[in-house]
Amino acid sequence: MSESDAVNASRRKFVTATAAAVGAVMGTVVGVPALGYLASPALEAGGTDAWVPLGKLDSFPVAVPTPFSFTRSRVNGWDKSTRSYTVYVLRDEAGVKVLSSRCTHLSCQVTWQADQNAFTCPCHDAKFGAQGEVLHGPPPKPLDTYETKIEDGTLLIRVVEA
Amino acid sequence: MASKWISRLDERTGIVGVYKTVFDRKIPKVNWWFTLGSASLFLFSVQVVTGILLSVYYVPSPDHAYDSVQYIMTGVQFGWLIRGIHHWAASLMVLVVFLHMLRVFFYGAYKYPREITWVTGVVLLLATLGMGFTGYLLPWNQKAYWATTVGTSIAGTVPGIGDFILRALRGGTDLSAVTLTRFFAAHVWMLPLVILTVIGIHLYLVIRNGISAVPKDHE
Ligand code: HEM
Ligand code: FES
Repeated sequence: MSESDAVNASRRKFVTATAAAVGAVMGTVVGVPALGYLASPALEAGGTDAWVPLGKLDSFPVAVPTPFSFTRSRVNGWDKSTRSYTVYVLRDEAGVKVLSSRCTHLSCQVTWQADQNAFTCPCHDAKFGAQGEVLHGPPPKPLDTYETKIEDGTLLIRVVEA
Repeated sequence: MASKWISRLDERTGIVGVYKTVFDRKIPKVNWWFTLGSASLFLFSVQVVTGILLSVYYVPSPDHAYDSVQYIMTGVQFGWLIRGIHHWAASLMVLVVFLHMLRVFFYGAYKYPREITWVTGVVLLLATLGMGFTGYLLPWNQKAYWATTVGTSIAGTVPGIGDFILRALRGGTDLSAVTLTRFFAAHVWMLPLVILTVIGIHLYLVIRNGISAVPKDHE
């Protein structure tokens, strides 16, 4: 190998190593943010936890489950959507209980039937009592209840969304 | 060890020959102006990568385009960075491609046998400008909307067929949802495909004809 060949070979090595190093740095500088960018929605905490006012406690009748509907809007990325809720407010001497209208079997919507003195589910013929207890059918547990609180006579429930 | 694997791979693919043809080319003694073509290629790759990333969250609809860009800027991690790179590299690419053309022009490198290289280069320049024009509308903000209104109006002043060109660009008489989706299709599918194909031809010709030398004085 002549002297100039040796110089060329070492220069070539240097250029290759430098190019590889610069390439690695640039790849990391772009690559790591790119991964964060793609994974971003999966890393978001998401979900909300809010106290929703249902109105003056006095305005709800005693001993009859009374339906109350409201909607909650949510923002997911660029998309704004609303979700509607129906709950049943049951007032008695003991206090107040707010029941979810989602059947505990497979999430159909139950409705209060005053003539049967029960909540009925249209999907698989379930029945729940006024307190939400299972009277008939496949549901594995009573209707869910919301955490409640009363502020200045106003009834609020805690709505937690995933 | 590594060379054993490379020779095994080469036996089956001829990859070493390809590598040597592409990277171990004989070139005349040149200067930094000769790097502008590679710089254009690099910037195009940057645009492809960041553009694909932007398309993950961008929505080409008047209802959501603006909000989706806002979301990229404030809601997505590093979204500002990805969009920022795409934005600045776009302007830089137009500049660098143009300078590359000037270098070829002033060195007379477009002459025989490189005329076809020049012609494919012209296509690349026009397609690059087209990328800038179509990309500018996509954020669907005031600036984008009015810039495209003006740009398409200018195209509409062509004698005779101007009105047709205007309608073809806008997808109707006015700027609308139809304009946005056709600009989007041009920006992410048609023009990149053209650029990719023509870069292939351009580089094939560069390799096949070799790089021209720096002209001597009085040549
Ligand atoms: C996306 C845009 C473009 C890319 C990626 C690109 C890429 C390249 C590369 C890598 C080279 C090798 C030599 C050098 O870098 O100077 C080259 C050479 C060349 N380019 Fe481009 N180019 C582009 C646009 C253009 C434009 C707009 C023109 C002219 C209108 C053009 C005309 C030429 C010619 C004639 C050569 C041969 C030069 C010589 O042999 O010395 N290119 N191009
Ligand atoms: S979902 Fe209500 S009974 Fe099945």
